Amino acid sequence: MALLQIAEPGQSRNPHERRIAIGIDLGTTNSLVASMKNSIPVILQSEAGHTMMPSIVRYLPNGKTQAGYEALAQAILDPKNTIISVKRFMGRALSDIRHSKNLPYDFVDASGMLKINTVQGEKSPIEVSAEILARLRQQAEDSFSDEIEGAVITVPAYFDDAQRQATKDAAQLAGINVLRLLNEPTAAALAYGLDHGSEGVYAIFDLGGGTFDISILRLSKGVFEVLSTGGDSALGGDDFDHALMQHVLDSVKITSLDAKDQRSLLLKCRDVKETLSTHSAVLLEYQFANHQSIQLSISQEIFSNITQSLVQKTLISVKKAMRDASISIDEVQGVVMVGGSTRMPPIQKAVEEYFKKTPLNNLNPDEVVALGAARQADLLVGNKNKNDEWLLLDVIPLSLGVEMMGGLVEKIIPRNSPIPVAKAQDFTTFKDGQTAMAIHVVQGERELAQDCRSLAKFELRGIPPMVAGAARIRVTYQVDADGLLSVSAREEVSGVNTSITVKPSYGLADGDIANMLREGFQSAEADMHIRALREEQVEALRLLDAVKNSLQTDRHLLSDEELQLIEEPLQHLEQLHPRSESVDDLRKAIESLSQATEEFAARRMNANIRRALTGKNLSEIE
Amino acid sequence: MGVVNLSESKGGFVNYFEFFQLPKQFGIDRPLLDQAYLKVQQEVHPDRHVTGSDSEKRQSLQIATFANTAYQTLKQPLKRGFYLCELAGLDPQLETNTSMPTEFLMHQMELREAMDDAKGNLTELSRLQSQVQNQLNQYILTIGEKFDQEKNVTIALERLRAALFLERFIEEIDYRISELS
Repeated sequence: MALLQIAEPGQSRNPHERRIAIGIDLGTTNSLVASMKNSIPVILQSEAGHTMMPSIVRYLPNGKTQAGYEALAQAILDPKNTIISVKRFMGRALSDIRHSKNLPYDFVDASGMLKINTVQGEKSPIEVSAEILARLRQQAEDSFSDEIEGAVITVPAYFDDAQRQATKDAAQLAGINVLRLLNEPTAAALAYGLDHGSEGVYAIFDLGGGTFDISILRLSKGVFEVLSTGGDSALGGDDFDHALMQHVLDSVKITSLDAKDQRSLLLKCRDVKETLSTHSAVLLEYQFANHQSIQLSISQEIFSNITQSLVQKTLISVKKAMRDASISIDEVQGVVMVGGSTRMPPIQKAVEEYFKKTPLNNLNPDEVVALGAARQADLLVGNKNKNDEWLLLDVIPLSLGVEMMGGLVEKIIPRNSPIPVAKAQDFTTFKDGQTAMAIHVVQGERELAQDCRSLAKFELRGIPPMVAGAARIRVTYQVDADGLLSVSAREEVSGVNTSITVKPSYGLADGDIANMLREGFQSAEADMHIRALREEQVEALRLLDAVKNSLQTDRHLLSDEELQLIEEPLQHLEQLHPRSESVDDLRKAIESLSQATEEFAARRMNANIRRALTGKNLSEIE
Repeated sequence: MGVVNLSESKGGFVNYFEFFQLPKQFGIDRPLLDQAYLKVQQEVHPDRHVTGSDSEKRQSLQIATFANTAYQTLKQPLKRGFYLCELAGLDPQLETNTSMPTEFLMHQMELREAMDDAKGNLTELSRLQSQVQNQLNQYILTIGEKFDQEKNVTIALERLRAALFLERFIEEIDYRISELS
């Protein structure tokens, strides 16, 4: 048992050291970062003492960028290079964007996802978001004077695969290890539920700057189970601003604006909207670039009227989510209001009327998502607090389907299925000797593929030639705990693994990210190498910790010979990782240890299931 | 291969019932199933293995996925029934075989006509829905008897296929009611 003497679990680090993990709420309007301090989740402040950072990035001619308040200050002077509400463009083509004519940007309609032409060239929404994320990471590192182990990043529950993938890509670009993408309403439910010890069915109504989510959850004994989710990933406070701006333009009969007027009138309308949450009427005064000036009185009643259809849209989603959850209104214990836009009186009124309950506004709607994410991040990196464990069970928000002949969609994974989830589907050839076939995966509820979001088009190649209908190609769609899809395929008759090239209809290939890392952060080759080496070293440490921990508890599941097979690559990696300068060598050593533990991991998991099911209470297990 | 191919029962678990350590029968102790599901997820959910090795993460993803499929199948009576038929080696032929007794089909047509006649009448649609729901509940009772007492899987399958018609009818009314508001 020489192995156990190498290091007791946890001793390769300082045993009292907690791993630092953060929660990031990457919002349409504002972004926040939070972490656990003394067992309490807190928002980390910027150097200037701000808790929120405006989600704004400005590209300067000298190759530098500004973000947050610094960028906000220039938003009106330099509208074309100052990107606000970039979240609305994530994973979206230009044709998906409403009000694009009222936006001051120089859009480029790239395939899959749009880009914005700036003084620094074309920028994708992923790159813009990465600028925000990198600053939040920096803010957290400064706050702890240490490196961050990983982050939970929140996304709207109703984000589709393209939007989720884009968010994860942005985090990777910002040098963040993503522990999990967490749905915003689920994060809010976690923060609310843990703070109040709530049990029962809760609705989370989350209206942010650009997105709307409704999630119905059941809270019981440390389990947060999402029963259904619904929403609109293109509906938020921004749309209320645009509705008000349209009302102003209609009132003064103006049809076109220059970029500066577009930006500054929109920001003015946002101010008016926010003031109307606490005042019954506001006098809107504005002077256009051509010196024409207007004065317009906006009452709460007028505002309610012009935004009525937007409020209705939220209620339609709420009804659908309630139906999907098979929950009646009187079963709902409480409605938790999340997101700054829920401060608007018409929203409060509509929610109260529908649920026949006063909405719960007793937590800060701007901060609750980040606080929940911080709690989850802390749990995920393994900072266990005794008697303080919980489990989140989430769902996929939109159905996944495959395009069939004639452009119809066949559903393979229905919306609101608990994740992770997988589904296998068999295809056959319809011509003799056919060796390839194309598959188109879409996401959405509509019957025609063209009305759904295209996720991936790929070709299965290398099918052995057979008569028509003889081949049986099993395609497996796997959705992981981040809600992200991956696809694999196998020809069942011959057992040939058909090669598969999944071409995302959006987003980036891995190579693209590496390129952007090189360009965007202007690292010299040497820096790139150091960074890569550092990443592999962290990975090596993580793996060594994990393997040693599992040997400590479950050594008895292995024979001596089997133990030997793990011990060899373990020793090798143990000796290699502090010394090696070669990224490749380290990677190989990590891979071989990982492979050697595959069977062991399976046995441990089975043993744990059996142990869990043989009558012990959860709290008695470890 | 360990439990990698759970669905092909090459691993340690033969079927969904055994996976949750429940008796292989139609009648199910729902609280016990829920409890078993949560206990399993507490162990295997990917959130529990974020800092584990890649092989551990792969295992966790596969078994958590399997647990979700197993739970979704067992908790819904009709899915559970069809699954029991599969285990007994009977192909439900849901896509290919749609033949039903004439009497049953006549009754279905009457129901459809009643639904069309009800149009936008919420009270009428709700009444029809609860009527069919009662029928479905009766079917589920019978199906349980066929499986668990009489051990007659063939007849059980026949009733299951009829019950599926009723379930789809209820969903259709659900949809029409939702279109009203």
